[in-house]
Amino acid sequence: MKKLINNPEDVVKEELKGIELAHPDLVKVFYDPDFIVRADAPVQGKVALVSGGGSGHEPMHGGFVGKGMLDAACPGAVFTSPTPDQMLEATKAVDGGAGVLHIVKNYTGDVMNFEMAADLARDEGIEVESVIVNDDVAVEDSTWTAGRRGVGLTVLMEKIVGAAAEEGRSLKECADLARKVNGQGRSMGMALTSCTVPHVGKPSFDLPEDEMEIGIGIHGEPGRHRIKLEPADKITEMLLEPVVEDLPYKEGDEVLLFVNSMGGTPLIELYIVYRKAVEILDAKGIKVVRNLIGPYITSLEMAGMSITLLKMDEDLKKLWDAPVKTAGMRWGI
Amino acid sequence: MAITRDDVLNWIKSYAQAIEENCEMLTDLDREIGDADHGANMRRGFRAVLEKLPSVEDKDIGTILKNVGMTLLSKVGGAAGPLYSTMFTKAGMTIGAKMEMDLNDWAQALEAGTTGIAKLGKALPNDKTMLDALYPALNALSAAMGNGASVGEALQKSADAAHEGMLATIPLVARKGRASYLGERSAGHQDPGATSTYLLIKTAAETWTDC
Ligand SMILES: Nc1ncnc2c1ncn2[C@@H]1O[C@H](COP(=O)(O)OP(=O)(O)OP(=O)(O)O)[C@@H](O)[C@H]1O
Ligand SMILES: [Mg+2]
Repeated sequence: MKKLINNPEDVVKEELKGIELAHPDLVKVFYDPDFIVRADAPVQGKVALVSGGGSGHEPMHGGFVGKGMLDAACPGAVFTSPTPDQMLEATKAVDGGAGVLHIVKNYTGDVMNFEMAADLARDEGIEVESVIVNDDVAVEDSTWTAGRRGVGLTVLMEKIVGAAAEEGRSLKECADLARKVNGQGRSMGMALTSCTVPHVGKPSFDLPEDEMEIGIGIHGEPGRHRIKLEPADKITEMLLEPVVEDLPYKEGDEVLLFVNSMGGTPLIELYIVYRKAVEILDAKGIKVVRNLIGPYITSLEMAGMSITLLKMDEDLKKLWDAPVKTAGMRWGI
Repeated sequence: MAITRDDVLNWIKSYAQAIEENCEMLTDLDREIGDADHGANMRRGFRAVLEKLPSVEDKDIGTILKNVGMTLLSKVGGAAGPLYSTMFTKAGMTIGAKMEMDLNDWAQALEAGTTGIAKLGKALPNDKTMLDALYPALNALSAAMGNGASVGEALQKSADAAHEGMLATIPLVARKGRASYLGERSAGHQDPGATSTYLLIKTAAETWTDC
């Protein structure tokens, strides 16, 4: 294992310390239990957004704490869901009296821990709603599995619902909006290389030099199939087609196209993918009206990318364009 | 013919030791069908339990087990955190303020813990989870008790059944947790959670064999 770390057990704590030193204008960091809140929390009268998940997906979620996006983020150990005490303390720290929305990616661990935290917070008199993100079309959605994973759409949901909360919408309106975003967004990812969890020390899976994994999850969970490497245009097609078919996105639809790096893939390659994705969508009469390109929801140093589509309307466009000021996403301010 | 508070403490310590020794094996199993963290998660939790124990070791069995549950909830994370936490918390609530328990108390505690896990995780038998080690352990325990087996014998039967249940997860297709994403590809691998659960039942049998 070759990594820029010290003791593997200290990775998350040292990262948090770095964030605290780098962004005192944006966030406050708390330790034991660990969580990050926006610098001006709690914002009175505003619905507060809390999310969290395993570490190793930076900038998500800690990098999305700030005005116009999340009020708090709870980082777990690398690739492991955080614990209810973190979520409870974060919820209490950001509650401004208008209620708290938990944005939860659909993984068994995240769902169970957030469920327990929401119960504990309600016992303390805080109004809590939870929304599950499950946009990964690579996973067969059936009652016989844990269901689809929450992946790229999480980033878009946090931005859009964050803007709505900032605008003063109610807890119910924010939760409904989040569910609407979840209903209109779909993603799929792929990996060119594996990644290594620091305290494990060896790659999460083995991927031969000439193969790739289509439908990879953000923790290196295997996807639909493993096949020989193909050119970027072919890979883009392989990811985009199932995404388009799943909703389905139709001629005349306006979409946000999000091309995300898994951590190890450089921007130059993301733009090659973006170009092909726009071409495919154009041919189908689907119009890309907004985009996001870069590493926003990563899997440590994994090379690979994911494509997310979100069907847009006037309200979503307005909320997407609204000002945001976080370490990981910043515009309009 | 009783399992004392100190026996319970010794069991927890011996399980913590088993987790320490099998950490890499559990993580390797989770690498095959999950995300390679089960051993690390459990180790983080039981190291914290060992730190917590001195502050509660003069308390009753129920209090001790509930404290183990609370510590696991705040330290383990993942799916295993809430599940194992529920197991210890429910078991502790069932046994209550006793300084020693008999086999019947243990059977009820184990049953309450198992039911708690089933309720929280909504898994069914043969979904390839911890439950596939727990249900057989529970059934074997009550069968042995019905046959008038000694404490040591009954616990050994229970551990043997957990072991079989753990091995029986190998051909199963996972229907819950991260492994379910693999679909058919999850068959052929032993479930990490069932493995750590077998170790839990096994260390109980070993520690309490002369009770
Ligand atoms: N719904 C469930 N019910 C019972 N047991 C479950 C369930 N889901 C998972 N498990 C058990 O949990 C084990 C995995 O635990 P682990 O500590 O690796 O958590 P995880 O699933 O990786 O969590 P996270 O997704 O947050 O990383 C599985 O082997 C299985 O036995
Ligand atoms: Mg795991």
